[in-house]
Amino acid sequence: MATSSTHTRGSGGELPASFLEDAPQTRVEAVEALPMERVNPPRAFFRGALSDVGDILKFRELLNQLVRKELKVKYKDSVLGFFWTLVRPMTQLIIYYLAFTIFLGNQQPAYAIFIFSGLVVWGLFTDIVGGCTGSIVGNGGLLKKTYFPREIFPLAVVGAALVNFLLQMVVLFAAIGVTAVFTENSVVLSSDLALVPLALLVCLIWGLALGLFLAAATVYFRDLQHLIEIVLLALFWLVPIVYPVVLPINNFAKTGHDFLLQVYLANPMLNVVAAFQRAFYTMAPQYTFGGNLWGRLAVLALIGLGVLWLAQRYFARAQGDFAQEL
Amino acid sequence: MTTVIRVSDVSKKFSLNANKSLKERLVNARSTQQHKTEFWALRNIDLEIASGTSLGLIGHNGSGKSTLLKVIGGILSPTEGLVERRGRLAALLELGAGFHGDLTGRENVYLNASILGLSRADTDKYFDAIVDFSGIEEFLDTQVKFYSSGMYVRLAFAVAVHVDPEILLIDEVLSVGDEAFQRKCLEKIRSFMREGRTIVFVTHALDLVRDLCARAVLLDHGVMQYDGAPTQAIRMIRDTWNEAAEVEAEAAAARAESAPAGAPTYTPMRISDVVITDGDGNPKDTFKPGDRFGVECTVTSDKRVSDWAVGIKIENHMDQNCYASNTHLMNLELDPIEGSRRVAFSYGSIPLVDGGYHVSLAAHGVNGPHYARVARIKNFKIVDSEWQDGLVRMPAQVEVRPVETPSLTVR
Repeated sequence: MATSSTHTRGSGGELPASFLEDAPQTRVEAVEALPMERVNPPRAFFRGALSDVGDILKFRELLNQLVRKELKVKYKDSVLGFFWTLVRPMTQLIIYYLAFTIFLGNQQPAYAIFIFSGLVVWGLFTDIVGGCTGSIVGNGGLLKKTYFPREIFPLAVVGAALVNFLLQMVVLFAAIGVTAVFTENSVVLSSDLALVPLALLVCLIWGLALGLFLAAATVYFRDLQHLIEIVLLALFWLVPIVYPVVLPINNFAKTGHDFLLQVYLANPMLNVVAAFQRAFYTMAPQYTFGGNLWGRLAVLALIGLGVLWLAQRYFARAQGDFAQEL
Repeated sequence: MTTVIRVSDVSKKFSLNANKSLKERLVNARSTQQHKTEFWALRNIDLEIASGTSLGLIGHNGSGKSTLLKVIGGILSPTEGLVERRGRLAALLELGAGFHGDLTGRENVYLNASILGLSRADTDKYFDAIVDFSGIEEFLDTQVKFYSSGMYVRLAFAVAVHVDPEILLIDEVLSVGDEAFQRKCLEKIRSFMREGRTIVFVTHALDLVRDLCARAVLLDHGVMQYDGAPTQAIRMIRDTWNEAAEVEAEAAAARAESAPAGAPTYTPMRISDVVITDGDGNPKDTFKPGDRFGVECTVTSDKRVSDWAVGIKIENHMDQNCYASNTHLMNLELDPIEGSRRVAFSYGSIPLVDGGYHVSLAAHGVNGPHYARVARIKNFKIVDSEWQDGLVRMPAQVEVRPVETPSLTVR
């Protein structure tokens, strides 16, 4: 086999030479000037994240397109379209409001604002984690045909979730405005509003970290998609969204479970939600978290970055085999 | 010449492990470990592709062609070895090049272009040319999931060739479009080659490889069998096909032999001892175009059949019928048959092009139920020093004359 290929190789090489005679020299030179790049180079475990981020930045335009795609495709063919984005949190809001104020007799003032300020950011978190989990499996069609950094898919989910979040924020602001004008509850612009960007950052970091890990793991373990829905449902009640955080704090203190209280408070999303409540629910500050949220959020952001880095490294390891596993 | 793609010692291992759900893993916890089958889709592939080359990857189904293309495209990472590339790469893999079914054609053009690394402004610039080339303006705002496969490929191809790629990978997609579009694509591919761009093809259409490619690589079970001139590669792959056909023919012959035992009464004729000859009764299986050629067989009938005929058919490796006739069509009256007769066809010259051929024979009563047929019972090969396309080898004389300018005569 080897001998036959060597002596015929020459005859095969004659044709391109004749083709190239009239090829524009500029293109050949242009190609020569391009660097020879290795496809899917293996990256050092520790420093690889930086070059991966560089790759992702090169595909900004694609990220933009995919975010649009996520938003368009989700409500394509539906009559109400984008309005559905608002329906789910609004329904949740109404259910909890009815259940807690009418059936359970909650006396908390402007309780709807309290729920909604937690619900918007919790919604962002679940959208990111839930959406990312299926993002690689669900985009198999694109993934098997083309190459680009696979992190773009989870990132597109984050982008789309952010757009939905911003819409809900508009509703929240409107609701706060209505409360301020039509009820005797006081709406105060406090310095706590500055907590919002930091809390949002913590939410995004942790959401993306979990999302990246779950997106890659789901490819190998499809049950995660269903599992994660249930976990998020349980997690919802571990975060003080429908009940004020002061209740569990008091209860833990009463029973003397100080360690359990610290574990409960360490939850990143608890701190994010608490920050949102402190910023937007100014009607009855005694119901919101009184601790040092600045410090807590800053620490959580730093830890979150470490977790995000680990998740990205896991993702980068796993992504080489995505196309064949799908 | 500059190397644009370098594949160095690439191997790719797949593990066939279908159990992905928790239930399956628990139930088959032990068996998954045991039945975890691994196989090498590619084994130590080395390739250097220079700019402006058009390379054809050929091989049987499952030989690793598509895997190699995906590894070059970066869609799969090799288990061992590495791939290096220069410049922008556009890939048309199987059907479609990464379209999202729920988006419209227009949206998909932008999505696809951004995957290939184009900015929105750049895409705007190419947009009209893309739509124009695809020829599906009216369906541009329809979701692509409603597209026919032809429309899908049209759009995918249009995007891929208009984004100014340095390297174009094509995997068996052109066969979907209609003939007019295929011609358009081939035209585009040729102009790509003239411009010094690099094209890597995967296809089963060997004629296309011979037409377009300057170089062909033959893969078999993940191993590179040959790298060089397309004609030689095509010959080699046809040889392996012929081997498969040979086995088939033996099986057919065995069936024909064993037929009499339980054969139903409506086929009392049998064909046996088929030989391909040089026209004078000597067995031969490789011919040059124009050689004398013959086929002999023994026809046996237990009953007396007065009006019988024998048919012969020659097919090429693509199952195209190259020649078929029978003694009835030849207006030959055969003497009534009872028992065995030796029938010999002979031809003064065999005017077929280079390739592998199969012979089928049939014997039957012209007006009766008596019938026997042996499909692809024997194979022969034609080896030609000169490549010609099509079915028939036609020796040509070419003369080039100066064109006489008509002299102006004043009347």
